[in-house]
Parts: sequence; structure tokens; C-alpha cells
Amino acid sequence: MALVSALKRLAFNNLRAYSRRTAAVSGLTVHRSLTTVQPLRSENKVTVHFINRDGEKISVKASPGDSLLDVVINEDLDFDGFGACEGTLACSTCHLIFDEEVYKKLGPVTDEEMDMLDLAYGLTDTSRLGCQICLTKSLDGVVARVPESVADIRQTKDGSS
Amino acid sequence: MSACKRLLSDMRPWSFGRSRWTSRARDGMVVRGKAFSSSTCPKVCVVGGGPAGFYTAQHLIKARQDVQVDVYERLPVPFGLVRFGVAPDHPEVKNVINTFTQTAKHSRCSFYGNVNVGKDVSVGELLQAYHAVILSYGAEGNRSMGVPGEHLAGVYSAKDFVGWYNGLPSCRELNPDLSCDTAMVLGQGNVALDVARILLSPLDFLKKTDITQPALEALAASRVRRVWIVGRRGPMQVACTIKELREMATLPGTRPEMTPADFEGVRDALKDLPRPRKRLTELMMKTALEPPGEKERERWSGASRVWGFRFFRSPVEVLADSGGKKVAAVRLAVNKLEGSGEAAQAVCTGETEDVPCGLVISSIGYKSLPIDAAVPFDPRRAIVPNSMGRVQQVLGLYCSGWVKTGPTGVIATTMNNSFDTARSLMEDLDSGKLDVSAEKPGSLRIAALLEEKGVNPVVFSDWEKIDRLEVSRGEVCGKPREKLLSVEEMLAVARS
Repeated sequence: MALVSALKRLAFNNLRAYSRRTAAVSGLTVHRSLTTVQPLRSENKVTVHFINRDGEKISVKASPGDSLLDVVINEDLDFDGFGACEGTLACSTCHLIFDEEVYKKLGPVTDEEMDMLDLAYGLTDTSRLGCQICLTKSLDGVVARVPESVADIRQTKDGSS
Repeated sequence: MSACKRLLSDMRPWSFGRSRWTSRARDGMVVRGKAFSSSTCPKVCVVGGGPAGFYTAQHLIKARQDVQVDVYERLPVPFGLVRFGVAPDHPEVKNVINTFTQTAKHSRCSFYGNVNVGKDVSVGELLQAYHAVILSYGAEGNRSMGVPGEHLAGVYSAKDFVGWYNGLPSCRELNPDLSCDTAMVLGQGNVALDVARILLSPLDFLKKTDITQPALEALAASRVRRVWIVGRRGPMQVACTIKELREMATLPGTRPEMTPADFEGVRDALKDLPRPRKRLTELMMKTALEPPGEKERERWSGASRVWGFRFFRSPVEVLADSGGKKVAAVRLAVNKLEGSGEAAQAVCTGETEDVPCGLVISSIGYKSLPIDAAVPFDPRRAIVPNSMGRVQQVLGLYCSGWVKTGPTGVIATTMNNSFDTARSLMEDLDSGKLDVSAEKPGSLRIAALLEEKGVNPVVFSDWEKIDRLEVSRGEVCGKPREKLLSVEEMLAVARS
């Protein structure tokens, strides 16, 4: 069981790493326009709205089965430091916050995810790791907020005397 | 971008036969001359090629289209603690190397390994050559216990033990003696748990990781069967995190053994704890106190190795065997707690106990060291004093990572810390506090200084040769890589 999920994760990981590398291979980040993407005719797409750290809403289309981390990478969304471990449950940088009702729809959280989520800055009761949430049609229109990753109040541990 | 690339390739035949490194740097200069005719590009130097260095570089390059960042690293190989600190059985944590590689290969970033800042070139020389210098050299020292017997054979710092099994060249000769049956790890953070886990992991697991071959052989012959993980305070003050605890609790071939009395009062305090601490404490209690389920009982009955937390104990002396040279036991003072939660203090009760052991690994913290007399350093906190990454006494000098905030935190912590410093630098560029109106020579000047001293930097494509060799050597034995273990070997491959 652990082997199967490890293999799945490995395959997933390689695919994601590949798509991430090819997306960014020019060495320059593509700056995405912040206007709403026009809805496609295709019935197979799911709309996802991200609220970035500046409070701006970014709407993109994704496919069912994509994880929210996949969406961020595929759409080249510019969230500093997001997805550092490339979706392998070894960090908490794909931390996203949802509304109460949406959170309930997202399904159960494994111990493994909870363990990493516990390390996230600004953890809430409706927090999840984006790499573990796979989109379905029922999540069409979901809104995910990207929380601050550092203290807004400059930390006192900065060594200033 | 493509015009610049074409220009570079045109330059190559022209630069044939010249010192490869200086011609590359010169190519860069010509390229910049072509692309940016009037304004000067801010040139930034990062000291240290670990996560802090690379995350800082990444943020700077992304934030401004004209910043050029040069990363200097003492070893021939990059990535710092991601390569030498993260446990071999945590390969996913090392995925960040992919993003660092992208940064290093960016046209506005250059990596220069095998350069010892503080010895081959001074921070003052860097400050003259660059518009800004960011110190990201981490913590290469360790806190000492400060007890008699600390220097007996068989006593190691976790920093050295971890460096040894991860192939850090300076730890190559450690040869820890694993012939005793009991090991004591002092400290209860994630590094302590990594050490315990590597000491007790089934060899089948370790064989498939990038742990070094000598370490694998030593562990195969190890007679260590019991590991105590000792802390001054109680279960609710452990510094480790739940993932690492869960790994210990489910480690095949092992069973936990703890003192139930250490958990008195913990159950009642659970309800008031924030979720992360609550889950961690619950798991610890379950592991320590609850009778195991059917499956676990079976596993435990077959277990030949034991581990456990020992709470409320501080080392006061390391006791030698009859020969007087090697550790035979540790004298531990028994503590009680005053206060509660994170702020609880361990207070000596006067009681002590002697615990026999043949291997002691002190995991009580890494420590930064001063790099250069010209750089302010706070010896008490062992950091470079700063405010939001700015070293206030020296204009143009910044710091990021552990040398800025002290040696705690996971990679993501360092990432945020580095982004913060990069932001401070950006602010200073935008406000004019950092004056970039004058052209700076950057790597050209440093190249000349290094050439005079006979120091040959290792560029990123040279590291890639080392990388490819390590990976192909690893393939032969089913490992992700077989690391080169000495600087000489690394340099030989880099130059080939």
C-alpha cells in the first residue's frame, strides 16, 4: 500500500517536476495578467480562484484530477516559494486556506498531510496543503487563499539589539 | 535573450586557450555591455551556496530584471545542508535542489565553488567589487555541552555524525565506534531523531539511499541496539516534529521504551494545546503508554532494537572507562520543571544518575562562526547582528539564513528568511539607500584576485560533471547517487 502510493507519488512527482522545469526553462517568470480568464466552452474544465498575498483574485481553468499545486505550476502563478518539495509532503509551502463550507467538501485529511500542515505558518482550521487536493467537478469555482508565509509584524528574532 | 546566447557562442572560439573561468566572466561583461548600454546593473554577491544563498539569489533575480547575482561557496559542490544535513532517507526534502539548479543556471546567476571567503578573498574585497554582499554561510560549528569528559573517544557532535554519514569531506575521518550496545543522543530535536533513526534503521532501507558507502558499512557492522534520546525538559517541550516522531514509532525492527511517570499530568494539559503540539504529544503518549494493537505487538515482539525518550535529564559529566580514554557512561542530573509550555525551565533537583553507554552524540544545536574580522558578529547569539537582514554597521552588507536568525528551522523557514533579506535589499535599491550609479567590476575583479592566489573556482557546469558521476556510480548499486567524499576527488572530476 505504501509502495503503491510511493510509486504513484514518484510518477506524479516526475511528471510535475518535468512540467515545472519546462514551464520555467526560459529562466524568466511569465507574469500573468490578473484579469479573469474567459471561460472555455469545454465542459471538462474546472474554474479555480486564488486570492494571492496582495489580496488579488486570480482565476484559472484546470482539469479534474489536477492538484491545486499542479494548477499553480501549470498556470505559472507567481506565489513566492509555493510548492518547494514539489508535492511530496515534505514541506508546508503549498498551504492554502478555504471557507468553512468548501473545506468540508474537500474530504478527509491523512495523518501524513496533517503532520506537514502542522508546520505551516498561520495554520487555521480550514487549512489544507494544495498538493493533496485533487480537483473534481464538484469543486468548480472553489476559492483558495494563499496565506502569508512570514510574520507581518517583523519578527523580533532578527538579531537587532 | 537569444541574441545574448548567440553572442556568447560567437565568443567561445575567441576565448579558446585562455583561462576558462576568466574568459567566461569576460564574455558576461561583453554581453552585458551589448544588452545594457547606459545604466549599470546592480551586482550582488552571495556568500554561501546552501538553501539561504540560493533562495536569496532566486528572489533577487526574479524581482529585478537587471540584477546579476554571483554565489560563492567554499566547497566545490553546492547546496549546503540540503546535501550534507538532510537525512539520506528523506530524499523528497531534497527536491528543492531542482529549483536551486534553475536559479544557478539562470543567465544572471553564476556559481563559484571552491572559493573560501575569509581566506581566499575577504568580505572587504567583495564589498568593493559588488554593490551588495549577502552573507548566507550558515552554521558550521556546534554548541558544546561544556561538561568534563566531553572530549573522550566515543563522544561526537550530531553535526559531525550527520556530516559523516552524509559525506561532508571534513567529517570523512570520523570513524565513529559503533561496537557498543547503547548509544545516547543528547537533545530532542529533529536532528537528534535523524541520528537515532539512522543508527537503528534496517540496512535494507539505508542501502537504497544516498548514505555514503563507508557509513553503510559501519552501520552494517554496528552493534548498537539501544538508543536513548535525552532532553532536559519534558514531553511537552520536545523540539522535534511529528513526522520524525512517527518515523521512529513505526521503524521496523524496533520498539519504544519510555518511563510512564514522565508523562504525569500531560493528558490533562492536552486540551489547551494548539493543534500541532497537541497531535505531537498525543502521538508520544500513545507510543509511550498505550498497549500496542495486534499488529504492533507482533512487530515489537520481534524487535531486536530499542529506542526511547528520557526526559528531565541534563548531562553533567561524561565518564571514562578503566582505560580513561573512552566513554563508558554519562552522569545525568535529574531535573524538574518550573513553569509550563514552551517557557518551562528545567531546574536541577540535586539528584544524578549514571547511564552506561559507549556512544554519545550531542545534538544540542549548530552554531555560526565569524567569517572575517571586518564583519560584526554577536558571539553570545552566534549570529551576524542585523535588522531585517541589513547589517547596520556596514552599508551594502546583508545576511540571510541561519547566520541571520540562528540555527533553527526547516528549509521553508530559511526560504522565507531569505526572501525577507532579498526584500530589504530591493527596498534599499529602490529608495537609493544602496547606490548603484557607479559601475562595479563584480566577478572580474574577484577572478583576478583568485588567480593571483592560484585559486581555481568550480563553476556550475563543473559541478554538473560531479553530479553526473555521482548519479551513475549510484545506479550501479541501486542508490540515487554515490557521493564523492573528498575535496580532491571533487576537484579532479570538476577539472576533467
